[in-house]
Amino acid sequence: MHLALFIIFGALCVAGALNLLFQRHPINSALSLIVVMSSLAVLYLLLGAEFLAAAQVIVYSGAIMVLFTFVIMLLNAGEEQRTHGSKMAYFAGVPGAAILVSLLTFIFLSNRGNFAQARIGDYIASTGDLSRVLFRDLLLPFEVTSVLILIAILGAVALARKEH
Amino acid sequence: MIPIAWYLALSGILFSIGVAAFLIKRNIITVFMSIELMLNAVNLSFVAFSRNWSQITGHLQVSGQIFVFFVMVVAAAEAAVGLAIIIAVFRARNTLNVDQVDLMKL
Amino acid sequence: METGFVPFVIISIVKIIVVVVILLMAVAYTVLLERKVVGRIQNRWGPSRVGPFGLLQPLVDGAKLFLKEDLMPLAVYRPLYIIAPMIALGCALMSIAVVPFGANITYHGVDLFQITDVNIGLLVILGITSIGVYGIALSGWSSNNKYSLLGSLRASAQVISYELALGLSLVGVVMRAGTFSLRDIVNVQATHGLISWNFFGGFQFVAFFIYLMAAYAETNRAPFDLPEAESELTAGYHTEYSSMKFAMFFMAEYANMITVGCVATLLFFGGWSSPFGHLFDGVLTGIAAKAVLPVFWFVLKVFFFLFLYIWVRGTLPRFRYDQLMGFGWKFLVPVAIGNIVVTSLWMGIFLPVQ
Repeated sequence: MHLALFIIFGALCVAGALNLLFQRHPINSALSLIVVMSSLAVLYLLLGAEFLAAAQVIVYSGAIMVLFTFVIMLLNAGEEQRTHGSKMAYFAGVPGAAILVSLLTFIFLSNRGNFAQARIGDYIASTGDLSRVLFRDLLLPFEVTSVLILIAILGAVALARKEH
Repeated sequence: MIPIAWYLALSGILFSIGVAAFLIKRNIITVFMSIELMLNAVNLSFVAFSRNWSQITGHLQVSGQIFVFFVMVVAAAEAAVGLAIIIAVFRARNTLNVDQVDLMKL
Repeated sequence: METGFVPFVIISIVKIIVVVVILLMAVAYTVLLERKVVGRIQNRWGPSRVGPFGLLQPLVDGAKLFLKEDLMPLAVYRPLYIIAPMIALGCALMSIAVVPFGANITYHGVDLFQITDVNIGLLVILGITSIGVYGIALSGWSSNNKYSLLGSLRASAQVISYELALGLSLVGVVMRAGTFSLRDIVNVQATHGLISWNFFGGFQFVAFFIYLMAAYAETNRAPFDLPEAESELTAGYHTEYSSMKFAMFFMAEYANMITVGCVATLLFFGGWSSPFGHLFDGVLTGIAAKAVLPVFWFVLKVFFFLFLYIWVRGTLPRFRYDQLMGFGWKFLVPVAIGNIVVTSLWMGIFLPVQ
């Protein structure tokens, strides 16, 4: 059953990513990306990262992609047009990605003896385990991240402001 | 029992599709979404490696997951600022096609 | 005992069917309750013709909505137009899966009064709320109507603003319970009856009021219902919807109300625990007392929250949009953060080191 879940949600991830690539309207790409992120949340659950799965849904699918959807709706983005750059991009992009995918897959699958087997239910990282590391050993990076978010908020407000 | 190498291969596939979308697509917002896809693929590989390390050492290792937490935060901040820049570019050039905003001169 | 796979699947399916059917009936009768209570507040009867006290009104309403013509304007973006109400209704119905509505009774190792108990139950509810924004945002955009788009953008901005205050107000409860699991949060409050509830003994009354106000804004109800008010923006994001799709939005709103009521009772008012605690334990024994009585207390508390929702709707005037956003960001979020700070200080100083 573990295998069935992995195959279903792995296939959903890949299908969503391919849909992002092949759709012409950006709103369809955005929805495919939401599907990818939610399927990744399930894969995190299979790997025992339950807090990360919840954070993935809340932060990525539920906030960042809402931001993308708002921008697409507000700017009234239409379907993509074929311009002079897209032909060159096809010749560079498709072989490049094909080489990359075959290289990565070959390396990972040929070394699969060096990696362990994951079984569902082992090594579940509870929120307490994550918090213990985050608030004791990594307290300074955590606080710096909060400053980073503050700077990002200020930057976004300043950049998107209407000029008078 | 799923070999962790399969998770890593899936992460590699998602990353390459992200690279392909980044190079092929002509809409700024879709290019930005492919960056998010690449970040998600990397997150998956971090979590898979964290699980691998836990199984090797025998007790729970969460460093990979902590890193994913930070990547999520940074991706959120970057998405906010990037989308604000896209809105500013749209106001100036009135187009969302990357081929038409590739010169500094209007 | 070790849970067998087949009993687990069968009992889970039965639980899901029972809970969903009860939830849908509850949604239908909440509509009737609202119409009658708002009517009484306004000094008139509410529906009273169909059946005794108007009790068959939801059935007749359901039949009417089914039989109405299902219009689909030509220029809508069809895939999203059809999917958006499904997202709204689906997310509204999913949160009930982690809510424990009875005591901790198991049968063959399977928990009988909760569909599933996950370690991150509270985060699951927050996540489902976050996904529910898409139902609103996509419906307005796909309707190809300027007023719908503006209404849906306003409504989704309102929802995501108050999500933050909602999440922050729950942190105090999580600190007291030490876990996100809803079953354990209720078990912490089930020890001494009234005084061990989070509202009273846990000192989370500020968090409760923040949660209540944020939840009213999240469900687009009561004083925060600007996006769907009759005199505003031509009915907002569901202007172009008719018959079954509109009914889905309608049901989603009331199902969200019920979910908010359930979560409020679980987190702040002790869930299924009786306010008398263990005082009257010897009076009623047997399976009826142990199984049915906690469900009775839970339903009573959720009913009280629904009544409160409808009471506030009939009483208070509506917020203007800028007042609404200012209230969410400039008042609720700082007060929620203040609540977290005070709760953690109190726990750090007064509770023994664990």
